[in-house]
Amino acid sequence: MTALDSDNLLAGQPVLRLADASLAFGSRTLWSNLDLRVTAGEFIAVIGANGSGKTSLLKVILGQQELSSGTVEFLGAPVSRGNRRIGYIPQQKLADDGTPLRARDLVGLGLTGHRFGFPWPSRRRREQVDSLLDSVGATAYGDVAISHLSGGEQQRLRVGQALAGDPALLLCDEPLLSLDLNYQRAVSELIDNQRRERDLGVLFVTHDINPVLGMVDRMLYLAGGRFRIGTPDEVLRSSVLSELYGSPVDVIRSQGRVIVVGTPDGPHEHPDAGDAL
Amino acid sequence: MTGDLWSQIFNFDNYGELFVLLQNSIIAGAVLGVVGGLIGVFVMSRDMAFAVHGISELSFAGASAGLLFGVGVVEGSILGSLVAAAVIGLLGARARDRNSIIAVLMPFGLGLGILCLSLYPGRTANKFGLLTGQIVAVDDPRLNSLIAISIVVVIGLAVVWRPMMFASVDADVASARGVPTRFLSLYFMLLLGLAVAVSVQIVGSLLVLSILVTPAAAALRLSSSPVLVPLLSTIFAVVSLVGGIMLALGGSIPISPYVTTISFVIYVVCRVIGGRRSRRGNTGRSAAMMPVKG
Repeated sequence: MTALDSDNLLAGQPVLRLADASLAFGSRTLWSNLDLRVTAGEFIAVIGANGSGKTSLLKVILGQQELSSGTVEFLGAPVSRGNRRIGYIPQQKLADDGTPLRARDLVGLGLTGHRFGFPWPSRRRREQVDSLLDSVGATAYGDVAISHLSGGEQQRLRVGQALAGDPALLLCDEPLLSLDLNYQRAVSELIDNQRRERDLGVLFVTHDINPVLGMVDRMLYLAGGRFRIGTPDEVLRSSVLSELYGSPVDVIRSQGRVIVVGTPDGPHEHPDAGDAL
Repeated sequence: MTGDLWSQIFNFDNYGELFVLLQNSIIAGAVLGVVGGLIGVFVMSRDMAFAVHGISELSFAGASAGLLFGVGVVEGSILGSLVAAAVIGLLGARARDRNSIIAVLMPFGLGLGILCLSLYPGRTANKFGLLTGQIVAVDDPRLNSLIAISIVVVIGLAVVWRPMMFASVDADVASARGVPTRFLSLYFMLLLGLAVAVSVQIVGSLLVLSILVTPAAAALRLSSSPVLVPLLSTIFAVVSLVGGIMLALGGSIPISPYVTTISFVIYVVCRVIGGRRSRRGNTGRSAAMMPVKG
């Protein structure tokens, strides 16, 4: 598989490097011979249907899943479990009433949640949390119980929590899922701004490329055990995706949005996006 | 008639003498309150109320078997609790699996317990007590074992408090940060098993929820502060238990109705206060100009 890659042209230090990486479960190969370099400050979207191995890719980078073959390095060293310099932002899921945490406490878990002991309040920690709340625009609800926050507000906090460890790489696993369009924009812009400000590499797993279309530098498109890497203009073409899927696929551009039609696994459009528009 | 009934429920004759006699029970209640109040916070945040109930039925089975075979009620109930906790912890990683496993274990445990009690030739008051609690004159060795187990649970919780909270709120993120979430969930189940076993001694297996769940649920109605919630929860649990034991001293009724009633009333009051507060919009947003400290 030839990747439409333009690595050599990119400035910045490599944060993450996968070389000739393959992942298979039994006889099912999710992807193989994947070469991917993420440089500091680079925003890469990972797109593909359910079961195409997007989340497994993140697990590999988090050291929770071994590659079947190939290597994966973070900051020049093989990946290991629990690396503090990788920030992880999960899908939004509503916290319930049984959670004794306020917004600031959720962010604070990103700072010291892995350490043993009881979380005695301290001034220094409070200041760190205040500054994180400020950088994700969550100061106004810092003392609100997370069960009282909307999904979008919670996702801002997740970003703040992920930034707490002073990461070099952000892994985002469908962070926009089940958010309305306004919050999709707000959260993706927040991630985009923070990667520029802090020079972060970003791997952004998503069903729908549209909310981040104007932000991504490159995209990794996974389908049917194969993949394409390149800029959105290089990858999101009928000819390229038809070849990738091995069947005719149409890429339609309409009012600044991209819709992929005719894929075996259904259109890559956010299920909620149609209604909200 | 009404007077008789009343004096069965509340009777404060010779209260001073009884108090001295049942001093151990009151200490046991206070210690148990601390355990229940603290572990209850995690029972709530890990959504494990049903697991508490399941473990307590197996604890009842263990205690009954201990009684029948002469091994000892305490030993039996601890063994039953730990087995149940380990099974639920190992097989029930996901909430749905967990609930079905508990639902399978619980009636089996209860049945086993009833079998052992039916075969036991001793007094019936003892039998009933394992299910619904009793005023037992807690003797010194029993009090000591209860305190020792409670210390294990409280220290065990304190050591992992923060990573456990992280893992309870969001296991995926915690595990990405290197928190050993699987180990912690098993570890928690074992602590929960111990906590249930000591609670069964005092309030009986059917009513364990009133000290391992209700106080924490009440505290969460009033606050979301990670410091205030465990503190309030502990106070509520201690008040319910010690208050319940002190009210029960003179009457001829088991302590559990007193404990569960106090605990329930505290919950209702907290719910009302919490409900009023959120209707007034006082949830801590600075736009409402109501900064909440804690």
